[in-house]
Amino acid sequence: MSLQDYLLLAAALFSVGLFGALSQQSIVMIMMGLELMINAVLVGSAAFWYFAAPDRPDGQVVVVLAVTAMAIEMAVGFAVTTAVFRARDVDMTDMAADLRG
Amino acid sequence: MCPVWREIVFWLCAAGAVASGIVVFRVDSMARATFALLASFLFGAGTILLVELTYLGILVVLMMIMEMVIMVVFMVMYMMNPAGLMPMSMLHNQKGSLAIAGGTFAVLAAGVYLVDWPTSRAPRPEQPVYSLGEALMGSKMLVMIVLGLALFATIVATVVLATHRGRYDRYGDRLDRDRPDDPVRGGVGR
Repeated sequence: MSLQDYLLLAAALFSVGLFGALSQQSIVMIMMGLELMINAVLVGSAAFWYFAAPDRPDGQVVVVLAVTAMAIEMAVGFAVTTAVFRARDVDMTDMAADLRG
Repeated sequence: MCPVWREIVFWLCAAGAVASGIVVFRVDSMARATFALLASFLFGAGTILLVELTYLGILVVLMMIMEMVIMVVFMVMYMMNPAGLMPMSMLHNQKGSLAIAGGTFAVLAAGVYLVDWPTSRAPRPEQPVYSLGEALMGSKMLVMIVLGLALFATIVATVVLATHRGRYDRYGDRLDRDRPDDPVRGGVGR
């Protein structure tokens, strides 16, 4: 159990979440990918606090920040999904690609 | 807990977190995916508990249970394959995503082992939650204030987005219509 082990776990969680966010069609499943990526931030910052700077509370503050970001992401994500679905009967990203460059 | 046990528990939690994270994008049912994500969060919280952050670990456990139980309702609402009656692939551009995710993991893992990470010999606080509370109410109070504002903005934004027809739809952008423009007659005041 070292900082490297924790960061490796965080890297793995982040990559799995990235795969989900890129590959899923459903908007709500993309949010699951984003949540997994924030989970990686939780694990990483907790490890940084413990191994690199336990005498300062900064790492813990980052964990609080990430947990809040997760709650906000879920609430706004579902609100946007509901608004898009209500306006156009769409719940998949490929059907809402108006801004494609 | 003795170091050997901590090591074993850490690797069990790490393997569980990554495995259930992968399961999220493998199962057919989006409700099952939500509970797999919950399992991943609980294993992740296990690793946070191992570094003596009891309060934050328990916070993640409780919050994620609630969040995922709410999430599963929305997942059932937007399910792509309800009751297995509409079998379809939920993925697009799978190869590209896999390559990007694999590449990201390779880069991050290389960074993990190549960078000379700092270590600290500073004594760990007896009660980490005490120093967290002191920081949030003292030197890091700006963080707490911004979080509060962001949460309030979230409340407003979600209500605005979720409203089907608000007063601006009914009374015009300047709220100067005498009679509301409603698709159905009736209601209060009409």
